[in-house]
This record gives sequence, C-alpha cells and structure tokens, in this order.
Amino acid sequence: MLETVFLIVFAMIGLSLLLNLWRLVVGPSVPDRILALDTMYINTIALIILYGMSMGTGLYFEAALLIAMLGFVSTVAVCKYLLRGDIIE
Amino acid sequence: MRLESRFRWLPTPFRSALLFVVWLLLNNSVSAGHIVLAVIFAILIPLVSFPFREPQPLIIKPGLALKQLIIVMYDIITANMQVALLILGPVKKLRPAFVKVPIELSHAMPITILASTVSLTPGTVSAEVYPIPESLAEGEQPTQRYLLIHVLDLDDEQALIDTIKQRYEAPLKEIFQC
Amino acid sequence: MISEWIVSILLLIGGAFILIGSIGLIKMPDFFMRLHGPTKATTLGMAGMLIAAMVFFSNTQDGVSVKELLISIFLLITAPISGYMLIKSAIHHKLKAKDGTKGLDNIEDD
Repeated sequence: MLETVFLIVFAMIGLSLLLNLWRLVVGPSVPDRILALDTMYINTIALIILYGMSMGTGLYFEAALLIAMLGFVSTVAVCKYLLRGDIIE
Repeated sequence: MRLESRFRWLPTPFRSALLFVVWLLLNNSVSAGHIVLAVIFAILIPLVSFPFREPQPLIIKPGLALKQLIIVMYDIITANMQVALLILGPVKKLRPAFVKVPIELSHAMPITILASTVSLTPGTVSAEVYPIPESLAEGEQPTQRYLLIHVLDLDDEQALIDTIKQRYEAPLKEIFQC
Repeated sequence: MISEWIVSILLLIGGAFILIGSIGLIKMPDFFMRLHGPTKATTLGMAGMLIAAMVFFSNTQDGVSVKELLISIFLLITAPISGYMLIKSAIHHKLKAKDGTKGLDNIEDD
C-alpha cells in the first residue's frame, strides 16, 4: 500500500513543482519570481525526503537540511538586493 | 523588560537550552558522550557570542510562553484549513485589504515574534512596522507604532484588530514584561 | 501495520497542502494574495510530510528518529521572515494590488 501512496504523493509534488515553474517563467514581476523560487526549494525538500523514504534510507536528510538553510538565506539576500541595491551595506 | 540574566556564566538561558536540544537532534542520540558535548557547547557558544550581540529581552514567564506556543500551533493548523478552503474557493468572492494594527510592544524582538505569529495565522501576512526607523530623528522614540498587515478575506476590520491584540499581543506583553 | 496507515495519511495530507499552496501561487490575481498560499499551506504541508518521515524511519530503522523535526522547526521559523522580506520588496517596487483592495492608503511611502 505504501508504494502506491508514495507514487501519488510524488505526482502531487511534481505537479506543484511544474506550477511553480509556470509562475517562475510567466512572472510578471521580480518579487513574483522570487516567491516562485522560494516555494520551489521548499517543494524540493519535500521531494528529497520522499525519495529517501521510498528508498528506505535516511541518508538524504542532511541534503534536505542544507537546501532548507541555503534556500532561506538566498531568498532573503535577493529580497535585500531588491530593497537596497546592495546586500551587505 | 529584563535584559540581564541572573547568572553571569549563562547570559541567555533560552538560547542555551535551544543549542542543547538542537545538538542532540542533529546527532539523533542521547548517549552520555553527546550529552556532555551538548552541555559544553550550550555554555561555551553563548559566552563567546554574547558580547557581539545587542542584549535581547529575556523570557520572564516560561510557563505562559509554553501555553502561548501551544495556542499558536493550534491556530496554525486551523488557519491553514481556512486558507486552503479560501484558495480552492472562487477568487472573485475574496475581499483583500490592508489593515493597520496599533501595537503597544516597545522592543524589536517581541514585535518580530508578533509579526511572525500574525504571518502564520488566519489569512494575514504582516508587511511593515510604522513608523519606519530611518524616518525618525536620532534617538527619537515613536509615540505609537503600527503593524501593516495584508488580509486575504476581510470580514470585520475591528474584530480582526481586537483578535490580534487580545490573542497574540497581550500574552507577549506579559511574557516579556514590556 | 497501523504505522503504515499513519504514514500514508500524513503523507497524503502533506502532499495535498503542498499542492494547494502551489495552486494558490497560480490562481490568485495579484502578488499580495499569491503570498498567502506558499507562506501558510506549504509550511503545514512540509510539517505533515516530515512527521510522516519521522514515523516511517522510527519504524524501519532501530531506535527513534526525531531529527526530521529540525527541518520542520526551521521552516516554521523562517517562512514568516522570507514572506516579510518579499512583501517589503513588493511594496518598495510599488506593485499594483487587485482592484477593490481596501485600505490601500494605509501604505506609507518610504
């Protein structure tokens, strides 16, 4: 049963990544694209965790943690750049 | 508001506890060696990094803080159900609005916590704190601060402001005593 | 067996919330309304999926596995902050809000 559930949830997350990609391409403004990227990295964490579960290994946990940290920092850095035209003043 | 801790060797008790828990979680074990290492880190890292930081207000009532945390967790789950229904429902029926909420908190840290709670709970995202610090003269204190929030579906403005003030701001004022 | 059911239900709930967040990102007419989906629904979806992972690994491997909680807590703390930075930069760029948005005069220019 668990294999079927994994497949369904894989499809759900894949679909949401495609929707995010649509928003990233269409825009229309720069904050929209940053928001799409921000959502995309969160969905990627979900995908990695799910892949680790379906493979039955906990090795991918560290990768997920690193993506979470780098994604947050990069979102804040790009927003700061939009606000000030500079990241570290 | 109290900025100084009671113990000189433990300047930030809450952050030390957090470091201890995070170290054990990262290693996913509670063996004696890791506990000793976690205690060493929890005492040493705040001692080294404390002089670099501005002093932050300490939690004065931990019991109330724990109760507030549970209330907020419950609100996050119910709020997410509401937002999910709003997103799946018809878009034309939504009534978005910007609302200014007057706040009485005075320090930056409680205001940040309030803004984060508001962002995670029913249909609201906090946007800005007025007046913006750069627009004030040097050393001037603002008389009244406002929190600008964006609401996805506004029904009654006054009721929303009252909910935020009573449910989230009043406990924060008591926790930090400021 | 029961744990398999719990994992399945939590995974489905988490996946559904993540999908709803992304649908909100597509469906809403202006930026400020789009922000609501990803900051709330996706965060709860992630929490659901990570709790499912916690139950799953506690069952399949020996010993209890709680480190997945770290990612949930991290996302719960950082989601409002990135949302705040995004809405601040949107206001700074003077993005148009949807017609009929109330209280637009509450925004002060900086």
